[in-house]
Amino acid sequence: MKKIEVIIRPGKLEEVKAALSKYGIRGMTVSEVAGCGLQKGKKEVYRGNEYTIDLLPKVKVEIVVGQERVAELVDLLVATTRTGQIGDGKIFIYPVEDAVRIRTGERGLTALGESGQ
Amino acid sequence: MRKPLLTLFLLAGLLPAGGPAALAATGPAVDSGDTAFIILCTALVMLMTPALAFFYGGMVRQKNVLSTMMHSFIAIALVSLIWVLYGYSLAFGPDIKGLIGAPSAIGLKGVSMLPNETYAATIPELVFVAFQLMFAIITTAIISGAYAERMRFTAFLLFSALWVSVVYLPLAHWVWGDGGWLRQLGALDFAGGTVVHISSGVSGLVAALVLGRRKGLKSQPPLPHNLPFTVLGASLLWFGWFGFNAGSALGSNGLAAMAFLVTNTAAATAALAWLLAEWLHHGKPTVLGAASGAVAGLVAITPAAGFVTPLASLLIGLGGGLLCYLAVAVLKQRLGYDDALDAFGCHGVGGMWGALATGLFATKTVNELGADGLLYGNPHQLLVQLIGVAATIVFAALATWLLLKLVGLLTELRVSPEEEEMGLDITVHGEKAYRENLSGSPLPGTSGSLLAQAGATSLSH
Repeated sequence: MKKIEVIIRPGKLEEVKAALSKYGIRGMTVSEVAGCGLQKGKKEVYRGNEYTIDLLPKVKVEIVVGQERVAELVDLLVATTRTGQIGDGKIFIYPVEDAVRIRTGERGLTALGESGQ
Repeated sequence: MRKPLLTLFLLAGLLPAGGPAALAATGPAVDSGDTAFIILCTALVMLMTPALAFFYGGMVRQKNVLSTMMHSFIAIALVSLIWVLYGYSLAFGPDIKGLIGAPSAIGLKGVSMLPNETYAATIPELVFVAFQLMFAIITTAIISGAYAERMRFTAFLLFSALWVSVVYLPLAHWVWGDGGWLRQLGALDFAGGTVVHISSGVSGLVAALVLGRRKGLKSQPPLPHNLPFTVLGASLLWFGWFGFNAGSALGSNGLAAMAFLVTNTAAATAALAWLLAEWLHHGKPTVLGAASGAVAGLVAITPAAGFVTPLASLLIGLGGGLLCYLAVAVLKQRLGYDDALDAFGCHGVGGMWGALATGLFATKTVNELGADGLLYGNPHQLLVQLIGVAATIVFAALATWLLLKLVGLLTELRVSPEEEEMGLDITVHGEKAYRENLSGSPLPGTSGSLLAQAGATSLSH
């Protein structure tokens, strides 16, 4: 199993949710985060004074899937979230040792609802 | 000690000479139209202080919004008591050497439902008392913009009570009181450019200098946490300002109409002027700029509102917008003081320009009881206005500095660095304006609104 962590533009969340749903993934964790990367922040002006905001608002979407779906899913996420401009975000992929569905105690891919796929 | 005090209060406040019926039989007549108008204007001016709370509250960081709004809200309560106990008497009581009113109307003793012909001949004096009270309240509240996000609440209470007593009351007497020395000199201040705005702006600057800059402004830039609050506040200030300026005609008449119109014209011009200056300077026309410009224009027209023509008000607004923008965007940066919400930049500078502009543009064709200004052939008026401005600056600055030193001896003026870091809402008042989302993240732009919009919360895998 792998965890796919996607940092995206806040405005892309709805598209990502729709794409994941279409792809058959219903489980995800979404958080509002702030961060910076190549995008150097942005300038804001208040009463004639400029401020550089280093940390920009982003949305983080976390999904855990079986190994074999990772490549396809990453392609889908890139296609969905890319604008071509600086600030599109990043995708991180981590190994996951196990998963437990708390309600039933099921483990592994079964806990993800992917058993038999 | 308690019994004589109690007796004094009973005698002063509870035993006016005769009942209303007895007074009505002999005194001057109340005009119901004027009275209704001024009561309405009084309520409009009262609204300006909560409006200021929103105007200021939106501009501070999230952790200090309640403490900032509290400064304005409590000023209403604090000054209301002082005004009734002795404030009105010292400002508008019988003159003592042009400097202060006599304490003969302590507890509003002798202030009746009949007009005081010296100040407003057609409305009950009690209405005049209430109308003037609202000016004292907002003046005290304006100063708080300078020391927002760092003053201790105890120090704020002590300072505000002392400031209104030691600075505002004499100034109001000098300019508006019967026999006040600036009034005798011929200084014109229709609705408080000198008394309200220069005094509060200059006092705010002194307070900002005495308290020092806020901690960690670089690591935590003081960005406004809720600009819609600020725009709401500015809009309500604009609305309430009609009561402030038109009401200062003290009657429902043509002068009130003129004051109303020039007030609106100046605010509109200044909003556009500030916007344009910012657009040229930084490339974007900001909402905060438009709101700030409107307030700057309202400040600038205040002393002139009952003395100038609509075209003059346009120029006064233009000057107000540009000068206040320069003060806030350039002067403050160059000099490095931390007037947090620009009490000096908007009210001090706008008030000075307005007071001097009154000396330029005032004309007796608008108000026979006023005077002609420089442009109408009377350079002397500009000199008188200059004296009024200078006297107000010197008096307000010195007295504020002394009062802060005095309060500093009694209690710490400033919260501790740790309290400042955490924010005054939680450390001083034990409250938070907003519930954070589950993660409790204090990061900017993570208020949880996006999640709410998306309807996406954690789902089980």
